[in-house]
Amino acid sequence: MNVKVLFFGGLRERLGLASTTITLPANLLTVADLRDHLTMQGAGWMALAQTKNLRAAVNQKMATMDLTIVDGDEIAFFPPVTGG
Amino acid sequence: MPVSVQTADFDAGKEIAALYADAQDVGAVASFVGVVRQSSSSPQPSPAREEGASSLTLEHYPGMTEAALAAIVTEANARWHLHKVRVIHRVGSLQIGEQIVFVGVAAAHRGEAFTACEFIMDYLKTRAPFWKKEETAAGGRWVDARDADDAAAARWS
Repeated sequence: MNVKVLFFGGLRERLGLASTTITLPANLLTVADLRDHLTMQGAGWMALAQTKNLRAAVNQKMATMDLTIVDGDEIAFFPPVTGG
Repeated sequence: MPVSVQTADFDAGKEIAALYADAQDVGAVASFVGVVRQSSSSPQPSPAREEGASSLTLEHYPGMTEAALAAIVTEANARWHLHKVRVIHRVGSLQIGEQIVFVGVAAAHRGEAFTACEFIMDYLKTRAPFWKKEETAAGGRWVDARDADDAAAARWS
């Protein structure tokens, strides 16, 4: 399946990547699986593993790491928000 | 449109006036204006302060930001009987002393107006996808989230 992955804030900066579309192995089910899959793609992805209190959104709604993802989803990873 | 995400500044007085302009049953308008201060993440003198943090850059998640703010307003309307709500959050580059966020709530009585205004700010702080970066002479530094903000939001659940 194909998903769009976005990164924001300090994580975006450390990865040097704002968005990417990736094809995932069929056995990936959750947001956490996607995170783990990405962090195993090489040293360039270490920032994703190292971000403290990593947060995620699926289809532009805050999501927990155990949420199931499906083909066509837009998944975002980011540090805790600091607006206001 | 109760929610705006914009680079432009806002006129809090005009926004407040618009909250009760057409109302017969509004007895209270509560508002909050957030202002950029010198070091967002450090209340005490800090390296960033000594380096002279001079501005902030606000990043956000276009699309989700507007939806998250609208969902917070919907939640406030479900909890209290409110006449009108207005939320404005600025993005982009902001200098110290500039307005960054406006929340205004019009209701029949002050209790609902005060409470809903505080609720909206507490939820905005933890649920709306904005990220602050301080610009200093030594370079940029992303502001860390505060545990106190999580605690403030948790009061409402």
